[in-house]
Amino acid sequence: MAVTGSDEREVALLKAFNEKQRGRASRIAYNAGFWYALTGVVGFLLLWHITTDVLTLPRFNFLPTPLDIFTEWTSTEPKYGVSLFTPIYYEHILVSVRRVMLAFFIAVAAGVPLGILLGWSRTFYNFVFPIVELLRPIPPLAWVPFAVLILPGVEASVVLVTLLAAFFATVLNTLLGVWSINDDYFRAAHCLGYRRIDVLTRIIIPGAMPFVFTGLQIAMGVAWFSLVGGEMIAGRSGLGFLIFDAYMQVALPNIVIGMITLGVLGYLSSAAIRRVGSWLMAWQEKGRAGQ
Amino acid sequence: MDQARKTISGHCRVDAVGKVFGSADSGPEIVLKNCSFEVPAGSLTVLLGPSGCGKSTLVQLVAGYDTPTLGNVTLDGVSVTGPGTDRIVVFQETALFPWMTLLDNVAYGPIQMGIPRREAESEASALLRDVGLKAFEDRYPSQISGGMQRRAEVARALIARPKLMLLDEPFRGLDHMSRGLMQEYYLKLFDQHQTTTLFVTSEIDEAIFLADRLVILSYKPTTVQTVIDVPLPRPRDFQMLTSSVYGQIKEQALDLLYNEALKAFDQPAIPANGGVRGTA
Repeated sequence: MAVTGSDEREVALLKAFNEKQRGRASRIAYNAGFWYALTGVVGFLLLWHITTDVLTLPRFNFLPTPLDIFTEWTSTEPKYGVSLFTPIYYEHILVSVRRVMLAFFIAVAAGVPLGILLGWSRTFYNFVFPIVELLRPIPPLAWVPFAVLILPGVEASVVLVTLLAAFFATVLNTLLGVWSINDDYFRAAHCLGYRRIDVLTRIIIPGAMPFVFTGLQIAMGVAWFSLVGGEMIAGRSGLGFLIFDAYMQVALPNIVIGMITLGVLGYLSSAAIRRVGSWLMAWQEKGRAGQ
Repeated sequence: MDQARKTISGHCRVDAVGKVFGSADSGPEIVLKNCSFEVPAGSLTVLLGPSGCGKSTLVQLVAGYDTPTLGNVTLDGVSVTGPGTDRIVVFQETALFPWMTLLDNVAYGPIQMGIPRREAESEASALLRDVGLKAFEDRYPSQISGGMQRRAEVARALIARPKLMLLDEPFRGLDHMSRGLMQEYYLKLFDQHQTTTLFVTSEIDEAIFLADRLVILSYKPTTVQTVIDVPLPRPRDFQMLTSSVYGQIKEQALDLLYNEALKAFDQPAIPANGGVRGTA
């Protein structure tokens, strides 16, 4: 795109436009987005502080104050044994992240192809979908005893429990994604002489992509919460175990530290998926952003 | 390559075609009663009819997306039994693949038919230039206007060198000015490529301006009312819209269409005495 105008008025217009753009960009990035978010977080912490420390409402007096949590979390010698300076904290995080990642990738690697196959072949759909629909409503935690008894070792059963819900979310959304593709695209592809394999790679996969990524976000979310359930019941490590262990020992700060850590990790993993999604689906962006 | 194009083919014959739609609940509805017409090879034949008369259904049958209840469609003497690469439809709504750039949209058909990428892309590029989209070839369809999308789609159809091109109200929804420009662009392409074309529209002016022959349909259950040859010379320009030949054809077509269009509104023709519609 031309940056310079052909006469004075155009030059002036473009200059004014560029200044406005720059102004707006910085305002949106810093003012609106960041400051609002920060205000929200500070407000929440303040509310927490007031209810637990200043007002000490009934039941709330039992809760740790944000300051307690912060001191405990950043202490080099934490009272309850878990802080930013203890290796055990990172071991729990590492174990949980590894389980979620493993479960997520297995769920996606199996779920996306299965979803596409279900959308691709009516016969396959008729055969397989009823089974999927029967298994899907079983809550992941109901699988725990079965998984522990059948699979060798705790690790495999926790990963299985973590991936189940994620797998079903991926399958279902991928299937809906294939179904959402406008019939005209298939017709056009047919007219243009696309072979079956091209229809798969050039129409079905990119066409289903928006739904697939919605599915992946849901899958990541359910993976985290199934994981914590699994770790609480069957685990000997991980953030779910940390929280449950803290509960057994009535170490409230550790419960809250575990919860906040899960929140942050969940947020980061969703954000990562969104980032990859919008990078892969640049074609969805409206407006004349190209070039 | 151009040599091949000059051997004009694509003679399409629609022979006593009838189509009934319906399900167990709604009962059968006769959409097409008896339609027979020909699209001579190398011609631009326009299907003109009131909206809702089953023009799109006819296109679907010729494209092979659906089969007639009675009668049959042939292309160069061969019965149409399903969709094929010898016929290409340009749809009312754009069917450009939104996840491909314009260049990919146009070039990818030939590429996967075995033409080297470089060659396919340079031809696609040339076609996009012909339709005035050279500067936009790296854009995605969502980044350009509706009129541009239609032009890109025509380019994508032309590169596949179909025997017969089917355009189903391709300029619908465009504003008056863009529509006029699209018609001019389109005629230029037609004169250049001479691909046999069946063009569907409900606009009389558009129909006459483009057509070698007009096939005028009735309202449902649809039959062919008449076929009118349009003897205006090519290349055409908008001055022809004021010629007497044009006027005569338009009058004839209007006469036929007016009564049919009224049927679409489910009311009797207004009596010649200009009567006030009585209330019972």
